[in-house]
Amino acid sequence: MAYSLDKIAVDELFSKWGEDYLIYGPTLIKNTGRLSDTDSVRYDEVKSIDDLELNLKSDYSFKDVILPISEVLFYYNEDGMMVPKQKHNGAIIFLRSCDLHALDRLDQMFMENGKPDFYYTRLRENLKFVLIPCSKSFENCFCVSMNSNVTKNYDLTIEEINGEYVFESKDEYFTKFFSGSKELDYTVPYVKENDIKVEHVEKINNLAITKSEMWREYDSRCIACGRCTLVCPTCTCWTMQDIHYGDNQKAGERRRVQASCMVDNFDRVAGGHVYREKNGDRMRYKALHKISDHRERYGVDMCIGCGRCDDICPEYISFSTILNKIAKESE
Amino acid sequence: MITNEYLPFSSKVLKVTKHTPMEHTYTMEFAGAKDVVPGQFFELSLPKYGEAPISVSGIGENSVDLTVRSIGVVTDELFKYEAGRHLYIRGPYGNGFIADDYKDSELLVIAGGTGVSPVKAIIDYFGNHNDEVKSMSIITGFKSKDDQLFREDFKRWGKQMNVTLTFDRGDETKENIGLVTKYIPSVKVNNFDDAKAIVVGPPIMMKFAVKGLIERGYKEENIWISHERRMSCGLGKCGHCRVNSTYICLDGPVFNYTVGKDLID
Ligand SMILES: Cc1cc2nc3c(=O)[nH]c(=O)nc-3n(C[C@H](O)[C@H](O)[C@H](O)COP(=O)(O)OP(=O)(O)OC[C@H]3O[C@@H](n4cnc5c(N)ncnc54)[C@H](O)[C@@H]3O)c2cc1C
Ligand code: SF4
Ligand code: SF4
Ligand code: FES
Repeated sequence: MAYSLDKIAVDELFSKWGEDYLIYGPTLIKNTGRLSDTDSVRYDEVKSIDDLELNLKSDYSFKDVILPISEVLFYYNEDGMMVPKQKHNGAIIFLRSCDLHALDRLDQMFMENGKPDFYYTRLRENLKFVLIPCSKSFENCFCVSMNSNVTKNYDLTIEEINGEYVFESKDEYFTKFFSGSKELDYTVPYVKENDIKVEHVEKINNLAITKSEMWREYDSRCIACGRCTLVCPTCTCWTMQDIHYGDNQKAGERRRVQASCMVDNFDRVAGGHVYREKNGDRMRYKALHKISDHRERYGVDMCIGCGRCDDICPEYISFSTILNKIAKESE
Repeated sequence: MITNEYLPFSSKVLKVTKHTPMEHTYTMEFAGAKDVVPGQFFELSLPKYGEAPISVSGIGENSVDLTVRSIGVVTDELFKYEAGRHLYIRGPYGNGFIADDYKDSELLVIAGGTGVSPVKAIIDYFGNHNDEVKSMSIITGFKSKDDQLFREDFKRWGKQMNVTLTFDRGDETKENIGLVTKYIPSVKVNNFDDAKAIVVGPPIMMKFAVKGLIERGYKEENIWISHERRMSCGLGKCGHCRVNSTYICLDGPVFNYTVGKDLID
């Protein structure tokens, strides 16, 4: 059922939801964009509808609500180890269709790849998802090619129409707040076409694609900064890190911090050997993970076509172009 | 509630065996030892220093052996530990060598350097269960006599199986000199349908040893190898060990050669 509310009523809802949940959504942050004097959209806690940026694509993804960039696994001292309390006991997350598809990929990695992950699972437990529908495609998006343009896995949707906010609820918790609100006929919009289209390849010949010359372009073009994987809603890699506190030699913490296969040392083993020295080879490793490697294990591509990697890349490298080159090379 | 796999547990160092100044075996107390499979690994976990994946080199009643080469932050710190002290470990992880895969075979194990550690427990197993294989041979190589590991075990193995021990350099009049590959042609094989081989060592050694085995008549599906990669978790979560669609820590580290050969980093 869909309801229409004015801004004041929506802010009242936000404060009521805020009593039960942490509310997390895309917010506009001035002068933090890729170019100077441009803005960026990042995830943060929101208290009112004014904090939310509903019209732009976020530059960073929602993933750090459940997969913090840096997360303490335990504190240690002479007496033993202590696991910290979780950051929240439940959160409402505003996101887009492709992001909800990305959530499946995160779940696959943290709940199905081996035993379920303690830290991920406890943050994942009590989440509600509010879809911000896209009525038109943003720059660099190719969600239609990746089948992530439509989703039904939301609890609530929100769209601004003529100064009012229209909600469709599929969840009891949310529905109860709308009793007495104005009802209306409403269909959740979705993107039917993107400017960018990506060619799919059913079966990739790993050996042939590894030998392809196409990667050499990226040996020098890519500067291995890792921003593409940082903003990617489906990249999950991390590295263990022990930190000890100043003078106290016995106390400290063990953390996991986000890592990137594009960055030096990701694959370095003791003795100094690295498996992918060239940036072009790291690009191949990343690109194939995003499509065939993940698909072989979980039946779906990992990439959901949000194009955030292209939005952020300081070298203007286009990931959709890379996927299309792979398709061409595989013909 | 889901178990927190990241919390290591305390384990007592029961014994330290010093093979060389650089390589020591730590016999660690571990109540679940009987369920450990040869070729699996533990994460040695030293808060403040970090973690390091280490293969099981021996399985006792209530203990596991970890044979460690001192090479960096975590392993250097470990070398300060003596018997009686406690340290943290977690595991076991990975698939390991499944004894049933090799039953009734003419089994050959080829290992070089620290590569002998991950296969040591499976050599021990078939040494003690000689009746479960048609024949048992090992070819092991070390840089020099001074670099040899498991000297006491070699004495026992000498009575249980055909042992070829070779060194990269040394006195030719006293010992075998040459790479492990040199000895593949002289392994006695009655029937190549029954001939199975395990190869573990540095990547370049594994490559040439497998080549030698295939030239000799061994079937690809009868060869097993063990891989090492960068690992941060051992649990299929951190992503570091992934090669193509394979996670070495979960799906390996032991692979049948028909699978292992197709992994491209
Ligand atoms: C399945 C498996 C089984 C193994 N079995 C054994 C065994 O039985 N015996 C044995 O001796 N070894 C074994 N190893 C190798 C052993 O894990 C490494 O030697 C050990 O991790 C070294 O740890 P370290 O802290 O002492 O070395 P360091 O070189 O200090 O490395 C610590 C870790 O950090 C990484 N690292 C180092 N420098 C950097 C840097 N600058 N930036 C980012 N990362 C860095 C390394 O790759 C390593 O993972 C095994 C490895 C694997 C994967
Ligand atoms: S693309 Fe790279 S950083 Fe991202 S999940 Fe895959 S291996 Fe990890
Ligand atoms: S592709 Fe672009 S964003 Fe990604 S590592 Fe290379 S230069 Fe950085
Ligand atoms: S070691 Fe972390 S995924 Fe394999």
